[in-house]
Amino acid sequence: MSEINEPEILFGIYCPPHPQPLLSPEASEGYSNLRAAYDECRKRIEESEADIIIVYSTTWPSIIGHQIQALEKAVWTHVDDDFHYLGSMPYEFHMDTQFARSMRVNCEKRGLEARTVEYEGFPIDTGSVVALQLLNPENRIPTCILSSNMYSNRSETIVLGKAVRDTLAQQNKKAVVVVVSSLSNRMFTEHIDPKEDRIHSQKDDDWNRKILEFFDDGRLEDLSQLSRDIHGQIRVQKVVAYKPAWWLAATMGQHNNYDGEVLAYEALHGSGGAVITLTPSTGSIGDKEFDEDDVEFYRGDRNVLDKGMLE
Amino acid sequence: MAKGQIVAGCLAPHPPHLVYADNPPQNEAYSEGGWETLRWGYQRLARKLKDIDYDAIVIFTPHWQTYIGTHFLGLPEFKSKSVDPVFPNLFRYNYDLQVDVELSEAMRDAASEEGIITKMMTNPDFRVDYGTITSCHLLNPEWDKPIVTISSNRNTHYYSPEVMIEQATALGRACAKAIEESGKRVVLVASHSLSHRHFVEEAPLPEDMSKEHIYNHSQYVWDMKIVDMMREGKSREVIDIMPEFTEQTIAETEGGGLIWMLGAMGFPDFPAEIYGYQSVIGTGNVIACWDPNDDTREYVL
Repeated sequence: MSEINEPEILFGIYCPPHPQPLLSPEASEGYSNLRAAYDECRKRIEESEADIIIVYSTTWPSIIGHQIQALEKAVWTHVDDDFHYLGSMPYEFHMDTQFARSMRVNCEKRGLEARTVEYEGFPIDTGSVVALQLLNPENRIPTCILSSNMYSNRSETIVLGKAVRDTLAQQNKKAVVVVVSSLSNRMFTEHIDPKEDRIHSQKDDDWNRKILEFFDDGRLEDLSQLSRDIHGQIRVQKVVAYKPAWWLAATMGQHNNYDGEVLAYEALHGSGGAVITLTPSTGSIGDKEFDEDDVEFYRGDRNVLDKGMLE
Repeated sequence: MAKGQIVAGCLAPHPPHLVYADNPPQNEAYSEGGWETLRWGYQRLARKLKDIDYDAIVIFTPHWQTYIGTHFLGLPEFKSKSVDPVFPNLFRYNYDLQVDVELSEAMRDAASEEGIITKMMTNPDFRVDYGTITSCHLLNPEWDKPIVTISSNRNTHYYSPEVMIEQATALGRACAKAIEESGKRVVLVASHSLSHRHFVEEAPLPEDMSKEHIYNHSQYVWDMKIVDMMREGKSREVIDIMPEFTEQTIAETEGGGLIWMLGAMGFPDFPAEIYGYQSVIGTGNVIACWDPNDDTREYVL
């Protein structure tokens, strides 16, 4: 499963899925700061030589393997389930269909179930809509959106990231990769005044700030290895694992050689919203080694249940 | 004004496969059939509902997931296309439905009085979820009754299954009170499966029934336990055992729909009518109806 050559990933972005920075940035200083950080990322993308923006969205869950958005022009008006009162989000996104189709093939070569989705009116998720509207509002660069399989765990997610690398290398495309995810994701369960927004708890805030230190130091692989701890400590248990750092590391490269920059960190209805960039560099930092296998090919379940009863 | 009443409560699972298999003109995808046990069960229940005099359907759906309180549809009409984000190959349904806004607001007000966080949804661009569309289509293919959709507040994830039971029961009580005061005759619908572990691969022909079976035997045994209790009129016991059932089978009961419905009906001790049980892409689905009228309640299966 060797790659043809090394893919060129210009930089990575980690950003939150909530619609406030898009729909109501003026409602609080925090939302405004997040919007400014998005705007800075948009500017950097425009100034880059990126051929494609690849989005991995935690608010697009899939069941049948990994879904890849492939409709050449996705046009609709999206409304968020919770924050519908903030307004509608009309969008038109241009997909890199060639990339999407090759991505499916490369997923399958690595043992993953995958399929493209190419349907008028497909409900693109809030996180992808917010990110692409703010990062690439005029469709200057074609994009590809990947789902997050609700049952997948580390092996599958790592392999998904490697399939992205295979595809970029094959097509010789320069990419900006975007993960759409909160840090801590517990929101307040009541309606609040945006001006009084804050991180839901001290514990969530402490963990978020520790994660931000790692990002700021460019320690992406260390964060990837900490994913299970992060999931247990500050993630509401909606899915089996916290996967964004696994995917980002597998896609960008599983090491700590990055220049990290935290452009904003603010509360979004209690959850931790951060806009962060990671740019590949030559320096390295970190004091950890790991023994979790670096998976190249996904073999599915181990069929432990089919191997008979314990004596 | 006569007191309003709940004339039936239906557990109505919403795999989009069932609409796909039916080939209604509203759906763009075409199938060769499939899942007849469930579809024929739905058809029989739909015929029963035709013989019941009612004004509106109130449906609780786990596919309108809200974290900040419970939300209610609050505009009189919604017309759009619902595309299932998980099975877009099967379900692309053009809908045009009416909402009983008066009843919706009354239930919202009653829920607020119970201390439940609530919100009316009044954005005209909002897309009604496919759970609502699927269950309502199968129960009332003519769409000749107004509906109210209630969102699923994610208490199970945020707190625990026990908190979900408390909250959904309180919501059920509030909705029952609002229905009684409205003078309307209402069908309640809890839209969800029982066990809910999916296969992550799909047959090349999704309706190929030679490929369809429950995800594992444990899910089946749990589902049958719940169905037996429903048959025996043990609705309170169903709720008592629900935290363990939900955990063991990743059940879609986690959304709170069945708890809400049985709570609104005062945890009935009469038997549920069972219309069919079948797996859909590995998940366990039962169609059941609680008919409070002793004269019309049937032993179906």
